[in-house]
Amino acid sequence: MSVQTETLTDRTAAMTQAAMTQTAARADTAAIKMLARNVKVYYGPKQALKGINLDILENRVLALIGPSGCGKSTFLRCLNRMNDTIENCRVDGTLQLDGEDIYGRMIDTVQLRARVGMVFQKPNPFPKSIYDNIAYGPRIHGMATHRDEMDEVVQKSLERAGLWNEVKDRLKEPGTGLSGGQQQRLCIARAIAVSPEVILMDEPCSALDPIATAHIEELIDELRENFTIVIVTHNMQQAARVSQKTAFFHLGDMVECDDTEEIFTNPRDERTQGYITGRYG
Amino acid sequence: MQLSVLLVVLALLSVTGYYLGRSTAVRAVDGRVVRLHSVPSYHGMYVALWAGLPALLLFVLWGASENWLVMQMALAGLPPELTSVNEQALNLLKADILNLAHGVTTGRDSHAAVKAAAARYVELHSLSRWMLLAIGAAMAMGGLLFARARIEANHRARNKVERVLNLFLVGCSLVAILTTIGIVLSLLFEAMRFFAVYPPLDFLFGLHWSPQTAMRADQVGSSGSFGAIPLFAGTLLITVISMAVAVPVGLMSAIFMSEYASPNIRTALKPILEVLAGIPTVVYGFFAALTMAPFIRGVGQSIGLDVASESALGAGIVMGVMIIPFVSSLSDDVINAVPQSLRDGSYGLGATKSETIRQVVLPAALPGIVAAIMLAVSRAIGETMIVVMAAGLSANLTANPLEAVTTVTTQIATLLVGDQEFDSPKTLSAFGLGLVLFLVTLSLNMIALKVVQKYREKYD
Ligand SMILES: Nc1ncnc2c1ncn2[C@@H]1O[C@H](COP(=O)(O)OP(=O)(O)OP(=O)(O)O)[C@@H](O)[C@H]1O
Ligand SMILES: [Mg+2]
Repeated sequence: MSVQTETLTDRTAAMTQAAMTQTAARADTAAIKMLARNVKVYYGPKQALKGINLDILENRVLALIGPSGCGKSTFLRCLNRMNDTIENCRVDGTLQLDGEDIYGRMIDTVQLRARVGMVFQKPNPFPKSIYDNIAYGPRIHGMATHRDEMDEVVQKSLERAGLWNEVKDRLKEPGTGLSGGQQQRLCIARAIAVSPEVILMDEPCSALDPIATAHIEELIDELRENFTIVIVTHNMQQAARVSQKTAFFHLGDMVECDDTEEIFTNPRDERTQGYITGRYG
Repeated sequence: MQLSVLLVVLALLSVTGYYLGRSTAVRAVDGRVVRLHSVPSYHGMYVALWAGLPALLLFVLWGASENWLVMQMALAGLPPELTSVNEQALNLLKADILNLAHGVTTGRDSHAAVKAAAARYVELHSLSRWMLLAIGAAMAMGGLLFARARIEANHRARNKVERVLNLFLVGCSLVAILTTIGIVLSLLFEAMRFFAVYPPLDFLFGLHWSPQTAMRADQVGSSGSFGAIPLFAGTLLITVISMAVAVPVGLMSAIFMSEYASPNIRTALKPILEVLAGIPTVVYGFFAALTMAPFIRGVGQSIGLDVASESALGAGIVMGVMIIPFVSSLSDDVINAVPQSLRDGSYGLGATKSETIRQVVLPAALPGIVAAIMLAVSRAIGETMIVVMAAGLSANLTANPLEAVTTVTTQIATLLVGDQEFDSPKTLSAFGLGLVLFLVTLSLNMIALKVVQKYREKYD
């Protein structure tokens, strides 16, 4: 049993290597913003990630797809060290942001998370007004000194998340009073208000209607000019629409990562093919 | 003896009824249980209730009236010259009969007729028990058979059983409500008696409290003065001091325990804090009187302040310490109940731990914390022992925490301690104070509820 797993892992690693060489050959000139090498994550005795190798390119959208429980969220949470808040979680391997080891001694998680922002799977607005929800991040980072500046940041963030028109007359009302989809857009606005360099989105559209989803997808495309984005999604069309790169996760392994077009038209691994054609997952 | 037999019989019949009802129901539909209106166990319970409840009711009613009835019958057999006396003598006679019946020697030589009455009492009593046993068993049996005969596929056993359970629950909550109403009413009536002899406005707004009244007409001394303002002020002062201790310390330790402490420290700390809650208030009282008060006095003297040996400060501080676990354990629970996703959201934006706690966790936990503080205030207002022992009994009207003050509850206690006549203004004033105290704590609790509700609507 364990031998089998071992060979499987080896094979995957080899394939990943091959995929990466190919990627390099395909000459996407974008710089590597973040990189993961042999990342293993354990929840107590249980291993959730079995050695992930992945490059995240600057100003590109990377989509993580894969069946439920395969470790997409776990990997995402490694990228801004949100796993630190989980008591029995242990992370092994190398993770870098701009060539700097983010699990290194000198790294301050507070600064890291200001640079690598996150939108969570479930909307989690603070029990504050809509305005204060957005202003929270800029305020703690001292990004806006004047009231006017803050107003502008709030308005801009809400506009970009496509929420401004719905809430502009009720900024003083609690953010928790919004609908689920509005709350999710509020959380997206909150994340972009601190202008991070990388934005991690964990199924940001799972609670949204098609119109709001389209809006968020537009937003992602627009954000790509200034930010680097990693998005987890269960929606294949969405992955195909918004991302340039797609990585397929399966049972804690990264099976393959390639140009989105490649993955969806010409997957190398049969597990990937099975998943995207809907045979399992 | 027979009573316990009856109870056992009832229990047995109920259990039998349950199984009988169940099997009857199953048989009524030839085993195809889905065709029953209610599942078989409801039919079982239906029969069991019919077997048990009526007999139990009879039992209760019988028990309540039995002694009186038997006594009347025993008295009826006595010659009229013995029974046609005034009420006191009649009571004495009844007591004699009871004593003789229970074999207690009265030391007095009783009339032969009384002895006969006692013998009759005993006899009637045991007869009554046997009757109860027979009738009760018959009723249970009858109930069982009656209920069982009514079982059929469409019988609405579930609805009936649930109605009975409903009534039972209503009865339980009525007990609590009626007790409360009873207490409030008695408080109210006694307070009315006080206000009949002493004007309520003088009581509520008078500045002088000295409840000593002259016992005899020729005694020197006051006629009693019941201005309660010094007591309210004293209560307020001590409550404020104790809250000033308990709220910050309790809240901070709750924050430490729920946010910063590692699980090991937490499991070690929590029981220790809870030990504080388990110390009897008397112990806190003598700690306040024997340790805290002299300490404060010493400190005060060394910096040139004049401190009374019994001071509001000492009592207030110790009371605050007593209330710490109250605040901390309740706040700890609410803080823990704040969803982790909110914290994650804040951390994900690059907030530090303390920013997250101050700006996200505490606001989210606020309604619960406010409720905890309100409850703590109620506790502080109601606390008596520490003040009796450490803050003195003199009703000074002062805002100086270094002087002796007294509180409403302390005065109530001292007014009612010892031999008192229950119609002098002195003792009645205790009920006036009690009423005010009750109204204050009631409104505090209402405010707490309102606050909690308001924030719930906003934040959930
Ligand atoms: N806090 C935790 N403690 C223990 N195990 C966890 C924890 N979080 C996740 N896991 C386990 O790690 C594995 C990966 O979980 P993860 O949340 O990363 O999956 P996912 O790919 O995001 O799934 P989904 O698409 O359903 O969100 C799962 O098997 C899960 O049970
Ligand atoms: Mg997930």
